[in-house]
Parts: sequence; C-alpha cells; structure tokens
Amino acid sequence: MAGMFIDVVVAPEVAKDKDLAAKLTEVCPVAIFAVNGNGTLKIAEENLDECVLCDLCIEAAPSGSVQVKKLYETE
Amino acid sequence: MRFYEYESKELFARHGLPLGQRAVAESADQARQAAADIGGSVVLKSQVLSGGRMKAGAVKFADTPDEAAAHFDAIMPIVVNGQNARSVLVESKSPIAKEYYVGITWDGRRKLPVLIFSDMGGIDIEEVAETHPEHVSKTHISTILPFSPRVAKEAIGAVGVTGSELNRLTPIISTLVEIFLHYDLTLAEINPLAQLENGKFIVLDGHVDMEAEARDKHKALLDDLGIQPEETRQARPPTDFEIKGAQVDASDHRGVAGNVVGFDGNLGLVIGAGGGSLTLFDAVRKHGGKPANYCEIGGNPSVKKAKELTKLILSKPGVEKIAVMMNVVSNTRVDIVARAVIKGCIESGRDPAETIAIFRIPGSWEDEGFKILKKYNVEFCDRSVSMYEAAGRAVAKMS
Amino acid sequence: MSILIDKDTTFIIQGITGREAVNMTRECLNYGSKVVGGVTPGRAGREIYGVPVFDCVRDITKRMKVNGAVVSVPPKFTRDAVFEAIENGIETIVIVTERIPRQEVAQMVELANLRGARIIGPNCLGIITPGQCKMGGVGGPADDTRKAYSSGPVGIMSRSGGMTTEIANTLTAAGLGQSTAVSIGGDAIIGSSYAEIMPLFEADPETKAIAIYSEPGGRMEAELAEWVRENNSRLPVVAFMAGRFMDEMPGMRFGHAGTIVEGKADTTAEKIERMREAGIAVAERIEDIPALIKERLAEAA
Repeated sequence: MAGMFIDVVVAPEVAKDKDLAAKLTEVCPVAIFAVNGNGTLKIAEENLDECVLCDLCIEAAPSGSVQVKKLYETE
Repeated sequence: MRFYEYESKELFARHGLPLGQRAVAESADQARQAAADIGGSVVLKSQVLSGGRMKAGAVKFADTPDEAAAHFDAIMPIVVNGQNARSVLVESKSPIAKEYYVGITWDGRRKLPVLIFSDMGGIDIEEVAETHPEHVSKTHISTILPFSPRVAKEAIGAVGVTGSELNRLTPIISTLVEIFLHYDLTLAEINPLAQLENGKFIVLDGHVDMEAEARDKHKALLDDLGIQPEETRQARPPTDFEIKGAQVDASDHRGVAGNVVGFDGNLGLVIGAGGGSLTLFDAVRKHGGKPANYCEIGGNPSVKKAKELTKLILSKPGVEKIAVMMNVVSNTRVDIVARAVIKGCIESGRDPAETIAIFRIPGSWEDEGFKILKKYNVEFCDRSVSMYEAAGRAVAKMS
Repeated sequence: MSILIDKDTTFIIQGITGREAVNMTRECLNYGSKVVGGVTPGRAGREIYGVPVFDCVRDITKRMKVNGAVVSVPPKFTRDAVFEAIENGIETIVIVTERIPRQEVAQMVELANLRGARIIGPNCLGIITPGQCKMGGVGGPADDTRKAYSSGPVGIMSRSGGMTTEIANTLTAAGLGQSTAVSIGGDAIIGSSYAEIMPLFEADPETKAIAIYSEPGGRMEAELAEWVRENNSRLPVVAFMAGRFMDEMPGMRFGHAGTIVEGKADTTAEKIERMREAGIAVAERIEDIPALIKERLAEAA
C-alpha cells in the first residue's frame, strides 16, 4: 500500500541485494527503508508520507532502480 | 516553572538553609496534627502558585491545634489570582527582630545573574528600590568563574550591613546563589529572610522558578519533589486539550507542533512559527474572527506530528474550519505541512477543501506544496497575499 | 557594504551531519556562501555536498582563516560547540539550536565577550547579506531566499526567524532591498540584542533605514529606543509589534521562550509607547512597513 502522497518503487533485484538494502536504510533520513530478517529490503509504509524528496535513495541505487512517485502529480 | 513554597523550602532544606519546623497539610486533621507536633503558635499558609496570599486572607495564625484545623478549612477554598490552593503549609511562628530580602534573577541586558539584597525585607522589593534605593544592592554574578562568597559579602556590605550580621548572612546568601546556579533557576528568592530575637537567621518565605528548558536536566530533583512532567505551572492550569497538545509535541523530536492553548472560538488555527503565530493570532482577532486555539508549528515537524496537531484541533468542540497560516517559511516545508493538514482532515472524516478555510504558507518547497493543495482543491495563497489579508479571508468564510 | 557578513565571509557548520544541518549546508552553498568545512565528532573524512567533515574545529582553523561558525547541535552539546568555536578564534557564531537553558547561554556570551567574539542567537535562523552570503537557514532554499531577499538600503533585526523573511519579502515586493538581515533569536538571553547590533548598522553607509520585528517580554525594545535617542541615530527605525493579545493574558507564555508578560514593562502597549517616544514608527501590519520606511527615507533625502 502506498502513502497518501508518496510511493517508493524499488526494482526486485535491488530489493534482494543485501548491501544495497543496507545502504538505502542508511541514507534515508526518514526511515522509509528497512531490512527484513534475511537482509532483504522492506518498505516501511507508515513512513512513506514523511519523504522529504532528498533523492539520496535514488542516488544510492543503480540508475532507475529506485523511483519516488509523487501521487499528487498523477491523475 | 514556579515551585510551590513547600517545594522551594524542601529544596532549601536539602542545601542546609535554616528553616522553621513545618509540615504540609492536605486536610483539617493533618493541620491539627501538624500544629500539635510543632507546638506553640503556628502560621498556616495557602500553597498556591501566586503572590498576594496575605492580602487574599490565605495566611492565618493559630495558637491552638483546633484553631489551625479551622484555619485550614477557611484557607483552602480561597482562590488567589485565579489559582487554587493545593495544600496548606503549617509552620512554627517565630519572634522576629529584623527582616532582610535576598533574591537572584537574570539581568537580560547584562546577560548575567544579578543578586539583589536589601535590609528592608518583608515588603515588595520593587517598592523598596523606588523609595529607599540606598537600601537595595544589585551585584552581578559571573557564570563562568566558580562562585565565591565575596560576591555575597559585597552585596551585603553595599547596603551598610556589617558586624556579625554580615558574617551570618554571607553563607546563607552564598548557598542561595549556588542553588540558583546549580538548578538553572530563573528566580530564587527569600523574602523575608528573618533575624530572630535570639540572633539566628531563618527563611520565613521563599520561592523559586526553574527554567522550563532545564526540566529534563533536573529530572531527579523534580521526581523527588513529586513535580509531574505534565505540570506546566503556567498562570492557569492546563486544560485537557492543552495537555493533549503537549503530548502531540512530545511524541516526536522533529520540529515543533505544540504550545497549544485553547480559546472559545470556532476557527481552528494551525499556525506558526513563534513570531508568525503571535502575528496571525492578532490578525484573526483584528478581523473579528474567533480563534478556537493558539498553536505553533515550526522547525519542520514530521508529517505525522503536524497531522496529529490538525486532528486534535479538529476534534475540539465547536471548531468549524481551520486556517493554516505561517509567515514565509525558511526551514519548515510547505509541502510537508500541506500533506499533514490534508491527511489530518481526511483521517478526521472531513473534506479538506471544505475544512481548510485558507492555506497561506509561502516559502520553502512552496511549488511542491501548492501542487498538493491544488490536487485536493484547497484554497491557498502565495506570498503576494499578506498574513493579515489571509487571516481576513479565513474569517470571512466563517458563518 | 553590509554588516557582519559579506561575499568573502568563510564559515563552518558545527553538527553538519544532522538532518537540518545537511539541508542548511546545501541551501548555503547554493546561495553562494563559502562553507569551508563542517564538524561532527567521529565523522572526520566524510563530505556533505562536497564540504569536508572534521572531528574538531581546530582541524579546520589550523589550515585556514575561518570567520564564522553556525552551530546546529542538540541543546546538550551546544555550549561545548560554542566554546570550541570561540577558543579557536572564530569571531561570529550563529547558534541555531533552541531550548538551551539561559545559564548556558550566559556562559557562552561571557566567554565570547572575554575573547572578542560575537554570538547571534540562540534559537535564530542566522544572518543574510542579500546576493552575497547567507549564514544559517534564513530564507530557506537558495531559490526561495532569492524571492524574499534583495540587495538594498534596509537593515532588518528580528526576534523571530520566520518574521525576518516575512518582513524582507514585504520590503522586496515594495522595491526596498536589504543591506543585511539578522535573525537575533527569541530567547530571554541572546548573544546580540537590537541595541547591540544597531551600532553596526549605524556605521554601515549602505544602510539607510531599519525594520524590526518585536514582541512582548523583556526590555530589548526599550534598550533600542534608549540607544536610538542617546546616540541621536541617523537611521529611521520602523517596528512591527506582534502579540498584542498577550497584554490581556499576563503570566502565559506564547511564542518564544523570551515572550511572556510578567510586568508592565513587558506589554506591547508599554513597548510601543517607549519606541514612539524615541521616534520609532510602529506599524499596525507588516504590509505597512514599506510605506513608513519610504516616507522616512524621503524626509531624510
């Protein structure tokens, strides 16, 4: 489930990559990313609307593999 | 944050200041028992967060335990400057030879604590300063040099007190200064500091104020004295609405969404920051609007925190609409607040377009914020509309 | 000309890796400010938007001359950070942090006075000389800052950070630029009051008028009025007074930590009277400030 204003979509191969998962968790200032017990990535849905659009996650992952969607821009 | 007299005296006692025998009574029976334990004549004083007790009749003298019990019943219902009595302090009554004043407070201009001393205690110190300036000394205290008793000695000497009085007063005043500095107080006052007929000194009345910002630092003392974190000790007791507002603010360390104060009106205010809120509250009133509350958002609070504040304000009986207004913002973000208030409306079962009378927050990330507001059909304005005009638009929408 | 900072001012940010400080660093850099380093203990070797991070202030000051420091660390660590800046020869220190007990502020001010340093704040948004340098969060992101602030003849001093920008924005919209704007902070004890900054504006030939934001509590407005009168100031001053409703509610704390009506001298009515006696015009609304300033500039010309 997305937030009311923001959704974050992560490519499956990135979500499975434990190193990238850890890195995304570290860079996000509002804890949208977290890791599962097995080290794979999970999205903390309750924090999605806290996104400050800093783009640090987008820069941390391979180009295009993390997308931050502004739900108020889509019809 | 003001302490009750009995709390101030407990603090003084811990640091060895001379005090009379005393007990706090919460019932007439306790007052009777306290008077019997102390023996002889006692004074009963309302424990209330206000000056002017004597004038209000909330200080009485008793020669017998039964008289003390009767005075308890007379004192407790007395409201002093809007404050209710919490209890009554029963204290031994001593024969007094002379009264002094000693107080430490902040001099905002010099940015230092100032020790005020007078050999004309027992009356209002400001009055003494006006009528007998030669009997009042003001001595500044360094905050970076270790405190040294010579400061107290100079303060005492400056009004012409010498001899054994000077030597007996010096350690008492020094201790009071140390208490002031150690506990981050904004006021530490003993008035009167009395010399008894036997030559000894005793603290008859005193009170301290602790800086709100220092409460966490001195939590151990406050716990010991039984002062609860939610006791604001403002000029009037907080309402449920205000307590809930403080809880919203405390729920998350990011930014401020608090200082909620309830009023009787129908227009909820989600306003900020410190100066902006004061300006906007004035503006709403000037337009004839009836604010339901005062509040402050600032320092870029999280969406969740500002949302909870919105929900709290919307839950207040009588709130028809909210006005979301701030000055041109620098660090608080327009888009974050827009998300928060819209989410707050929706989670309260209200239509944001109907409920938000006006959204006037220009500045940081405004383009992003305005996109959100458009999507939800919320009326907003940019920096070309003044705070005063925006407040007028909100008021005009109220029935 | 300007006061306190200009295009050549170099400064560091203490606590640079914190959430708000990261943001502020980017804003200052984008505005063209010379942020030459940052300090967060234990984070040496990192970079924030290209600004190198060090463990100690000394690691930076031993290499280069640093004019200023912005302190954005939690209240518990602020005094230590400010002492560190002062003892390493930094002359202008902006303290952003709020909720610092006043005794600690007094300690910082006392040490700064001994060493010849100047403190702005705490609980402030910093200083801006439009088009040259912004030191602190004042104005927000660079683009927003450029919308609100423009270069010109009006000096601004404000106890409210947000209202600093609101006033600048109103002046800019009316075609009146600013020489320097100083958010002085809202606490009861602050490093530099109106009356202490006023002489700097008085000495700055580019500054032709002053706008201030004021509110209940304290004696700062009275001190400014006194300074203006005693020094026969050449600068017309226009003040906006907020919090008029507080006169009816003594003992209640609204707004900043320094904002409470405890005695008669703290009320807005009393302050307005003091200022008017000193020839300071008091605006009813923010949007009345530009016209009042223009009138006075025309009288002076």
